[in-house]
Amino acid sequence: MITTNLFKEFPKGYWKKKLEEKIQKRNTISRLYNKDEMEKIFEAEQTWRKEVYEQWVKERPERKQKFETDSGIELKPIYTPYDVKHIDYLEDINFPGCFPFTRGIYPSMYRGRLWTIREFSGFGTPEDTNKRLKFLLEHGETGLSVAFDMPTLYGYDADSPRALGEVGKMGVSVSSLKDMEILFDGIPLDQVTTSMTINAPAIVLLAFYIAVAEKQGVPLHKLSGTIQNDMLKEYIAQKEWIYPPEAHLRIIRDIMEFCTKNMPKWNYISISGYHIREAGASAIQELAFTLMDGFTYVELGISAGLDPNEFATRLSFFFNSTMDFFEEIAKFRAARRIWATVLKERYGVKNPRALLLRFHTQTSGASLTWQQPLNNIVRTAIEALAAVLGGTQSLHTNSYDEALCLPTEEAVVVAVRTQQIIAHETNVDAVIDPLAGSYYVEWLTDKLEEESYKYFDKIEELGGMVEAIKKGYPQKEIIENAYRQAMKVENKERIIVGVNEYIAKDEKIVNVFRTDPEVERKQRERLEKLKRSRDNKKVKEALEEVRRAFEDPSINLMYPILKAVKAYATLQEIMDIGREVYGTWKEPSIL
Amino acid sequence: MERGRNLQYFRDIINKLPKRIKILVAKPGLDAHDRGVHVLMRYFRDAGLEVVYSGILATVDEIVQTAIDEDVDVIALSSMNGAHLVHFPAVIEKLREKGASDIIVVGGGIIPEEDKPKLEAVGVTGNYGPGTPLEVILAHILSRVIKEKFKLDIKV
Repeated sequence: MITTNLFKEFPKGYWKKKLEEKIQKRNTISRLYNKDEMEKIFEAEQTWRKEVYEQWVKERPERKQKFETDSGIELKPIYTPYDVKHIDYLEDINFPGCFPFTRGIYPSMYRGRLWTIREFSGFGTPEDTNKRLKFLLEHGETGLSVAFDMPTLYGYDADSPRALGEVGKMGVSVSSLKDMEILFDGIPLDQVTTSMTINAPAIVLLAFYIAVAEKQGVPLHKLSGTIQNDMLKEYIAQKEWIYPPEAHLRIIRDIMEFCTKNMPKWNYISISGYHIREAGASAIQELAFTLMDGFTYVELGISAGLDPNEFATRLSFFFNSTMDFFEEIAKFRAARRIWATVLKERYGVKNPRALLLRFHTQTSGASLTWQQPLNNIVRTAIEALAAVLGGTQSLHTNSYDEALCLPTEEAVVVAVRTQQIIAHETNVDAVIDPLAGSYYVEWLTDKLEEESYKYFDKIEELGGMVEAIKKGYPQKEIIENAYRQAMKVENKERIIVGVNEYIAKDEKIVNVFRTDPEVERKQRERLEKLKRSRDNKKVKEALEEVRRAFEDPSINLMYPILKAVKAYATLQEIMDIGREVYGTWKEPSIL
Repeated sequence: MERGRNLQYFRDIINKLPKRIKILVAKPGLDAHDRGVHVLMRYFRDAGLEVVYSGILATVDEIVQTAIDEDVDVIALSSMNGAHLVHFPAVIEKLREKGASDIIVVGGGIIPEEDKPKLEAVGVTGNYGPGTPLEVILAHILSRVIKEKFKLDIKV
């Protein structure tokens, strides 16, 4: 392992101070409210609780012992101005497009432009996915989002023994520039934005994309899109890593440097809470771990000598939206507020554009059930509505059959239509952040913020996110939460319709999508042909340069990798050099 | 599908058995979807089983070697990737090759209905999908172990 000092020292104690500030502030009364009136409301609530509510429930008991959010925050039956008395409008909420952006990052939000409908898709050969991408564009999708298969995600070519049985199954198989050329054939890359869910080998896939664009005559600075490239959440939740954490962070740093210089419209890290949540995290954990990952990337960039006023404009986020409607909305609002506040205070960011937490949302795959799959349409619609009310910039709605398989075309169309119905029929686009001022939603937003600071402080105590990951801390927290949730479902403390209650007899399995079993053979053949027909001397030389850059962290890896992919070096040929130089990584035990 | 058996119910049965059941939970192939197995492992442990985990990205050879080295009674395979028809039968084949066919193999994950008979035919049973009650999975494993390993007649 070649070590390199990736991080500068940043002052400690900020999180603890913020947490203390928040706790102190809770006992104050903001300038919005009159102290006497607040005391009256407080007393009136006590009286109402005792004389009205408790009398009522004595006769008609509450259905549950305890009401709580999905994260386990205990809930009162009602919230009043007293619960939000410490929250100041101009300071903490303010107007859309104004610091701290609680109400939204743009002044006009959906009145100006609707969110981008972006359906994640990919399967089989590049030809198959090319067809699906065009199908989605024809049905009104406004941005592309590509899913790669497992071998690609782990940096293996389709002909690797490790790829056996997995080629084209969970996404599209891409092993070389050749595959990428087919994938985007007939799609003008200066006219679409493309999101690629790729992490460990992101640098190679980005190089493929750039090379395809060049062939189409599209210059680098015109390319608009996203690579996920968020390795911290891979170690925390999605677990698709190749090298140890420092090695991947070094590669991310190289991508940051390259893109800051050359690709002003490219989002080069999509800091992702989605997978953290899907792996079993609560809303609080999703919020806190994701933002802490984000701060870690900011520190990585600053340590590399980049200006956060510039590079932070290219960091975007990716959140989950699941079934606790109000907690999800509060989560999105809290995320914007925390991000802007911390970037401004801790990292001295002054450029207002660099303070904006732009985010994509995907509805929760884990909330879908294979039982009574049509119910998933309803779940997805509710989750999508929460994302819209939370001010998302783009949205993926899951298809109802995704608990069983990759989505069929019929199911994908329903998912797209769900977004179009929300956009055009519900009128929720008219008024920005309509839940602001709700005592409950403002209280919960504030509460999630406070709980996040607790986690930030704890992670700093452990030595920062990278160290916390090596100790298995976020991983264990998530799994413990997943187990608690599962036991609640097991014991019917939590009802999932069709799963542990309202169970259908004779459950019929719906139409299942299957990838073509021939994909593996086709991809292997294409690769074999490519390896025969390319200029192998040129490939060898290009790979030698890649090796030198892997070995010397002062060389930016992006340039030699670009050169190698243009010579048709394959994904695995490049990633394998890293395996030799950096080794692999084994997760700490989280049992 | 019988329902309503809690952890204590299973502990009472497990305590009656001649030996503590040891189970290897394994994720073959390039599959990192580990939420389900982590939940199951905690559940198995809380029920009184001894649990060994392969970690993600285990090869078939590694899984079988671990099962033999650790002398487990059961291997529980998980696949969320659609590669179950490749990896599950390969584990059975490898066990046979190594003379360890007495190890019970169960499976689970995203497994289409029509694939289940193919897995059953080679001896991989269960093959439950996401959302299956934990008790159903544990009851299935216990029934097989009690019958095939301990040759006992205890209803689960």
